[in-house]
Amino acid sequence: MELRTEPFVLNMGPQHPSTHGVFRMRVTYDGEVVMDLEPMFGYLHRGIEKLAETRTYTQFIPLTDRLAYLSSMTNNHAYVLAVEKLAGITVPERAEYIRVIMDEMMRISSHLMAVGFFLNDLGCSVFTPLLYMYREREKLLDLFEMVCGQRLTYNYMRIGGVSHDLPEEFMPALKQFVAEMPSYIEEYEALLAENEILLARTKGVGILPRELAINASVSGPVLRASGVKWDIRKVDPYSVYDRFEFDIPTGEVGDNYDRYRVRIMEMQQSLRILRQAIEQLPEGEVCAKVPQFLRPPKGEAYGRIEGPQGELGFYIVSDNSIAPYRLHIRPPTLINLTALRDMIRGWKLADAIATFGSIDICLGEVDR
Amino acid sequence: MRFERYGKGLAKGLNITLKHVFRPRITTQYPEQKLTVSKRFRGYELVWDKSRCTGCATCAKSCPQGNIEIVTSRGSDNRYVVEKFEVDTGRCIFCGLCVESCPYDALFLGLDYERASYRRGDLVLSKEQLELGPGKRRSGYFRPEVESTLPRQTLLLDTAGRKKQD
Repeated sequence: MELRTEPFVLNMGPQHPSTHGVFRMRVTYDGEVVMDLEPMFGYLHRGIEKLAETRTYTQFIPLTDRLAYLSSMTNNHAYVLAVEKLAGITVPERAEYIRVIMDEMMRISSHLMAVGFFLNDLGCSVFTPLLYMYREREKLLDLFEMVCGQRLTYNYMRIGGVSHDLPEEFMPALKQFVAEMPSYIEEYEALLAENEILLARTKGVGILPRELAINASVSGPVLRASGVKWDIRKVDPYSVYDRFEFDIPTGEVGDNYDRYRVRIMEMQQSLRILRQAIEQLPEGEVCAKVPQFLRPPKGEAYGRIEGPQGELGFYIVSDNSIAPYRLHIRPPTLINLTALRDMIRGWKLADAIATFGSIDICLGEVDR
Repeated sequence: MRFERYGKGLAKGLNITLKHVFRPRITTQYPEQKLTVSKRFRGYELVWDKSRCTGCATCAKSCPQGNIEIVTSRGSDNRYVVEKFEVDTGRCIFCGLCVESCPYDALFLGLDYERASYRRGDLVLSKEQLELGPGKRRSGYFRPEVESTLPRQTLLLDTAGRKKQD
């Protein structure tokens, strides 16, 4: 005799202990297997795009910190890049190098958190791996605090450069960090990469096929884990990224394990870029002369960078006044989340949460 | 998935956990033990230097939140007299744009950070509360002359410095 089961709908979130922030998924289950899933956005909508229209170009920089708060520095960079494109401002070389150093530090810090929270979602020793990664992130936050005075909302980049030059103590400390970090990455590898439980939980789970990844226009580590060699630092170089040697790590299958591996390998590549940037860092000015109330000429510009989570773009329309006429943000994680349904369908509830964690989302950015 | 490694990976991981027992601890007992903040720390309150301020209101114009309220009048020698200088720190996001834009170096950020209060009204700071005095510690954010006088920031990177504090 065969037992008949009925599918049932369960709302996960918006307040749920294992989702990152206020994210709601309407999941249809058959027993414990996910049949269908519908992500719902908008619980953290703050109208940041609209707020930009009431602020001057400089005044919007602190608000970009509050998009994806684990990668504030790259948000700053994407925005100022768009404004500089719009107004045709050239940035001094030293400022470009400082921006690259900050971006790569931010990428390491953000990936540490991504990997840590992914392992947390897996239920990996409850909290241990996350705290290991907090330790290294703390060192980076110390450095950020030294440069710009705060640990989370940096507000460091300015239109035409960066706000401060690096302090004297910064370079020795960064060199020490770059020298120490590979040994810590090895430690994570020893701790996790061969762990049988981790492999059993992540290998072959939540597969995002190559074609689907391209069609859903996902970007960043999620896309690269599916085997697509696409990195804006290489395909559309901005800042001074064309002067550095680095590889684009890719995965093979596009499962949770590949997404985890790609992030670990990207941290190693970021360290490689940091080493080269420290060596090449020129002397000179750190900010171009830009008026406080900038009035860019009429027109539009789209500036994009490779953020830790993927392609982060700012689209700005100017009407020659001190505030943008319209500003649109292309958040990488919102687009990555649209592929979530196809990744999770057919897997069990616990795998759904792990897959969701492997995308590395930040609700502040998804809902804006 | 089959368990091909017979728990070798787990043993390796536990070995690392064991090693950590013998490493120096990196945490501090916070309220009793405090670390030195960055020289450019953007701390809780603003510090206002009355003698340097001309009442030009550039800081109020540059504030993204519109938090700074300045009322001025013409004095006898035709210079501005600041009658009201009020900052609602409850709405302040501590971006430091006001300090950055001040043309006369009259505004500073503070180094303090423990300023929770029971009433929301306590967060609105008046001219007298903001004024530079003996108890005020100024931050070096955008003020290099202050920055050079401040002590070095404690870094987790130099554990040697950490050990001395313990």
